[in-house]
Amino acid sequence: MTAILPPRGAADRLTGLFWRRPSLLLFLLITPPLLWLGVVYLGSLAALLLQSFYSIDEFSGVVKEEFTLKTYAELFRPQNLDIILRTLVMATIVTLTCAILAFPIAYYAARYAKGPWKAAFYLGVMLPLWSSYLVKVYAWKLILAKEGIIGWAAEGTGTGFIISGILSIPGLEGSSLSTSPFGTYLVFVYIWLPYMILPLQAALERVPTSMLEASADLGATRGQTFRTVILPLAMPGVIAGSIFTFSLTLGDYIIPQIVGDSSRFIGLAVYQLQGTAGNIPLAAAFAVVPILIMLVYLGLAKRAGAFDAL
Amino acid sequence: MTAAVTFQNVSRHFGPASAPVKAVDGVDLTIPEGSFFAMLGPSGSGKTTCLRLISGFEKPTSGQIRIFGEDVSNTPPHLRNVNTVFQDYALFPHLNVRDNVAYGLMVKGMARAARYARADEMLALVKLADYGDRKPAQLSGGQRQRVALARALVNEPRVLLLDEPLGALDLKLREAMQDELKALQHRLGLTFIFVTHDQHEALSMADHLAVFNDGKIAQIGTPQDIYDRPATRFVADFVGSSNVLPPALTRALGGPEEWASLRPEATRLAPTGPVTGRVTALRYLGSGTRVVIDAQGIDLAALVPSGHPVPAEGDITAIAFDPAALHLMGGT
Repeated sequence: MTAILPPRGAADRLTGLFWRRPSLLLFLLITPPLLWLGVVYLGSLAALLLQSFYSIDEFSGVVKEEFTLKTYAELFRPQNLDIILRTLVMATIVTLTCAILAFPIAYYAARYAKGPWKAAFYLGVMLPLWSSYLVKVYAWKLILAKEGIIGWAAEGTGTGFIISGILSIPGLEGSSLSTSPFGTYLVFVYIWLPYMILPLQAALERVPTSMLEASADLGATRGQTFRTVILPLAMPGVIAGSIFTFSLTLGDYIIPQIVGDSSRFIGLAVYQLQGTAGNIPLAAAFAVVPILIMLVYLGLAKRAGAFDAL
Repeated sequence: MTAAVTFQNVSRHFGPASAPVKAVDGVDLTIPEGSFFAMLGPSGSGKTTCLRLISGFEKPTSGQIRIFGEDVSNTPPHLRNVNTVFQDYALFPHLNVRDNVAYGLMVKGMARAARYARADEMLALVKLADYGDRKPAQLSGGQRQRVALARALVNEPRVLLLDEPLGALDLKLREAMQDELKALQHRLGLTFIFVTHDQHEALSMADHLAVFNDGKIAQIGTPQDIYDRPATRFVADFVGSSNVLPPALTRALGGPEEWASLRPEATRLAPTGPVTGRVTALRYLGSGTRVVIDAQGIDLAALVPSGHPVPAEGDITAIAFDPAALHLMGGT
């Protein structure tokens, strides 16, 4: 009887090598993704940043490859500031709405749903993600159209005045929901909602029941438990979800083209500037804006203690 | 003596009414004020559910629970003047130790300075005066347990509930905490009710205990009552791993034809006697050796104190015992 068994082949020898040199395995596993992140992702980000410091010659339309802040100054023109502000407001209210809508759903799924109900929850949340984004947006265009199901139902129940009321609010005007900024907002909320529900549900699932019981045991009402225990512990999930809803809204250029009054958002501006207008530097400068906004947002969230429970 | 907690025919059933799981099944219980009361039983015996019925996390399916005479059937947990030390401590991870302890005062609306002063007092009481600024994650298991204790005591509850309070601690720490808990209970004069599956813990800490089995109370009494005079075979077997003698064996040993219990430490080995058996297992315990003898197909344990001769496995030996230690449980 020997203490060492003979290797059974190349796989055994390789496993042995990895066991003796664990760093080798780590190196082999991590190099491809690091290359991807380093070259493709950070590289393109650097190229983007570089482009944003170039400018375009106003007569020839040729990109001048020398350092200037002129392009960034252009962002502060009223019509461009307008785009940034509109996008920011939209992203903020879409994120807030998603968080408010997602909370009860995620809470139910995390705390009460079991067995088949849990499966139904995951299916319900994921199912929309399985179908094409474009199809969903066009479907919403039809739903929100004047002759769409919402208008039809409102007509039938005599509640059409609610829709006309919304459409007469300054800033939300349109001939129907599908041509009003309110429609853009509805579709944004619908499309990004799953990205808020899933991380929120994961965060709530990690809050043990005993923690809620401890809070009640110590004399907290349900409202106090929600504010002082559930919400702080769910905050990392809310932030994770809001990174999706916020940055996806900041960058999206399809929904505002299809639903709404065609006013421009950052994504749409980038799309048009790098395409038809051929103004790559300004497009790049526009693309830097969401990155800065996200950095500021995460900094504020960190300072507010959103990551304390991590 | 007033009763701190009384159960009147309390049941708690789970699952469908047609085939319920009877977690607690018709329990009658009186816990005197100022006592250190243990609920002892194997897992699934209903002891934890009873504790949760007192704190209000479970509602009885039937029956009535009173705390200091007041019916609490319709009182939610946050309005009950009882506090709980949870098995997993349930400290709030996002709050530091001081805020954790002050939590109960915070939700009552006490001003920050006042509640921090109270919290620091409580932390001093559990010997963690310098730990107020730490997060729970930075504490050891024993320290978290103390924080949980301070947090439960800060509200000055009339009854303190402890759910397997020492289960997660290592032996040395557990023994130290047992002494401390007992001393604390004496000093505060509160009613402590604790749940445990560890019979040694229940016997050494409690002044009254209830032994649970299958959702029912098998026996209530002082530790001595229960240890020396177990009411049923279950209690005899569960509390202190007693020898349970079937009627025939009791008779062979010179007693009446009844079920009986005999403590291992009251059982001796003798050169001759009415009942003999083969030694099947030996376990060295430090203070003595536990010898298991197969007598007429029943395993009997005897404790041979240190310094006395210990038989070898396979030896044949007779059994002797102190007749006063034989506790008869009736039945044939």
